[in-house]
Amino acid sequence: MIDLAGGGVPISWYLILSAILFGIGATGFLIRRNIIAVFMCIELMLNAVNLSFVAFSYMWRQVDGHIFTFFVMVVAAAEAAVGLAIILTIFKNRGTLQLDRINSLKN
Amino acid sequence: MDVFLFFLFAAVAVGCAINLILQKHPISSAISLIGVMVSIAVLYLLLGAEFIAAAQVIVYAGAIMVLFVFVIMLLNTGAEEDGPSNAMSNFLGVPLIFVMVGLVSYVMMQIAPSAQLVTFGSFTGGKAEDLGILLFTKYLLPFETTSVLILIAILGAVVLAMREVDE
Repeated sequence: MIDLAGGGVPISWYLILSAILFGIGATGFLIRRNIIAVFMCIELMLNAVNLSFVAFSYMWRQVDGHIFTFFVMVVAAAEAAVGLAIILTIFKNRGTLQLDRINSLKN
Repeated sequence: MDVFLFFLFAAVAVGCAINLILQKHPISSAISLIGVMVSIAVLYLLLGAEFIAAAQVIVYAGAIMVLFVFVIMLLNTGAEEDGPSNAMSNFLGVPLIFVMVGLVSYVMMQIAPSAQLVTFGSFTGGKAEDLGILLFTKYLLPFETTSVLILIAILGAVVLAMREVDE
């Protein structure tokens, strides 16, 4: 089915790789307890979605998918700046980055 | 060659992503995330997205990850500790994620034409010139709105930092 010497892989394999990376990111979001690690898992999910945008762009031979990827990158940069500022404030007020210790609303 | 490059960098991306969620120390996770981003940049190049591949390395692997590593260094909290695990997320959430990945893969196999093979160089629309033309004509309003978004993000970061100074 796949010729190793020439040609390429089907476009669906890129989309499946994107789904796998998104799944790994979502799993990390559920099982990690460090707030910075959870934030990095969100970045991984954004990257996976970007890969599928570029793959669809290749599939339809249009550049619009690249533009969406560009906007996702811009939003991710803004999100990282604000999110890390929030993380710094949380650490200053609480002295911990463990997500299950940040539970004042529970009591 | 295209097949070999795809499998090599797909394997590196998935391996680094699994390492990202298994490592206990945030700095190891950050280095793994850089590996994922660089291998995704190579896959972008294979798909003909030259500008996006360059932006991925410069913006993501460069700027954003340096910000992450800087914050990890600044807080210096060490490895994460084991806490009580949430049974709901471990035994319901994680299997459901696998179900979702399987469903998405199935749908992708159905809708994407498997006869169309990805070969390097067959789509050259991803040059900076093409993106620039589209960005300043069809997507001009979103592009300008982005500047407002970044301004708000700067203000938000500054306000959060000022609150720390007051204390």
